[in-house]
Amino acid sequence: MKISKSPWVLHYDGSSCNGCDIEVLATMTPLYDVERFGIINTGNPKHADILLLTGGINAQTAPVVRQLYNQMPDPKVVIACGICSCDGGIFKECYNILGGSDKVVPVDVYVPGCAVRPEALIDGVVKALAILEEKRVKVKESMKQGYCTVDYSKIAVRMKAEDYDPATQYDEVLTEEALREQAEAKIAQTAKPAPKPAPKPVAPAAAPKEGGNA
Amino acid sequence: MAMVVLKVALYILLAPVLGGLMEGLDRVVSARMQGRQGPPLLQPFYDVYKLLAKQTTVVNSIQILFVIAYLIFTIFTGSLFFGGGDMLLVFFALSMSEVMMVLAAYSTNGPYSALGANRELLQMMCYEPMILLVAIGFYEANGSFMVSELAAAQNPAVFKIPGMLIGFIFILTIKFRKSPFDMSTSHHAHQEMVKGLTSDISGSNLAFYEIAEWYDQVLMMGIVAMFFISKNPVSIVVAIVMCVIFYLMETLIDNVFPRVKYITMLISSWVVILVTAGTNLLILSVLN
Repeated sequence: MKISKSPWVLHYDGSSCNGCDIEVLATMTPLYDVERFGIINTGNPKHADILLLTGGINAQTAPVVRQLYNQMPDPKVVIACGICSCDGGIFKECYNILGGSDKVVPVDVYVPGCAVRPEALIDGVVKALAILEEKRVKVKESMKQGYCTVDYSKIAVRMKAEDYDPATQYDEVLTEEALREQAEAKIAQTAKPAPKPAPKPVAPAAAPKEGGNA
Repeated sequence: MAMVVLKVALYILLAPVLGGLMEGLDRVVSARMQGRQGPPLLQPFYDVYKLLAKQTTVVNSIQILFVIAYLIFTIFTGSLFFGGGDMLLVFFALSMSEVMMVLAAYSTNGPYSALGANRELLQMMCYEPMILLVAIGFYEANGSFMVSELAAAQNPAVFKIPGMLIGFIFILTIKFRKSPFDMSTSHHAHQEMVKGLTSDISGSNLAFYEIAEWYDQVLMMGIVAMFFISKNPVSIVVAIVMCVIFYLMETLIDNVFPRVKYITMLISSWVVILVTAGTNLLILSVLN
């Protein structure tokens, strides 16, 4: 039995023009009836497996998108619906648009279109299901090693106004690989409280991050 | 004694299968009523399997205890009933299991969970009087609180307590979380409080909650069947047919009615209970 037989979807509108949102909702109607595949449109990130993002994400919706992403339990998949969500679309040059969902959270499937067709959307979700299965295996492996793929403390969303600095907040995408590396570094730090003896001054060019010992 | 153990073991093993199939049937029939194909019959099992495979995020670690206690108390309640135990004890244990779920929701401190828990308490206020009256009604009808003795009665209880049956079917809508009264949480996608009671429960905890709901559904259908069961073996067939009819009726009600405000639920359920079950009890006690 595969877990992809019951994907629950969370849909968030990150400053889209609502064209794609209407198409997302059209996919849920009896005409397309995605419940055939067990897909349910849930409003709760804690129950969701798939995050459907529409729109080019502006400065105000970015922390919300990260918050939703963080609240979803692993394994999870993100789908960018529509060209705005893929790379900003016609709003790309706007002063407040970050230019796509992948500037904020790691995106797995890009579904282009303006607005996205329900058929394309269903196709995108089916593609995402295969990725969901892959991720499930990865999560299982990392659970065996004693930690989870995503270290939630590392991507804590800064919600306060005084913390808001576009230069530090949205420039880099935190991929799952990067998060896993961070988690491994953290474990390595906590596992060996004793400092290493000799080779400390030998490698200054290697990694400036690993300066402190516990 | 061996018979009782066998019955309880059968309940523990088969109730989740039956409950899951009932929920799957409910979703398929609902879909057909809305003019679409709907999910496969086994969809609830796929959902629970997926939930067990997911990461479980926990807000407050005590909520794991409460959710598992909800599952255990529900199984305990069903085992008491299908093992032929005391009807009163069954209903008290049932209230206990519901309280566990409310505590699980309160312990998360989430606004939606807390609202869902408040509404769940309101729902309990609506159906608890009826559930107690059902136990009293069975006693008035057949002279015993023991399920094993009630199942071997001369005549089906429904001949003496039809009003109780109507009242019980009414509160069954609340108990199954069907549409006019699905305030605390619902099986439908969206509602005004995200998911209410289960908003902050995820992963395997949510799977345990779903499984407990299946046990609960089978127990409720078992109580409906009690109205029709007598010494005559044909009555078992009648009871099963009536259970199917009432379950499909609940699905129809779910699809026809919109959600009501809590005050409407409170007034309507108490009025229905008073008129049907109360009158029935009054007439019975006068006749006896």
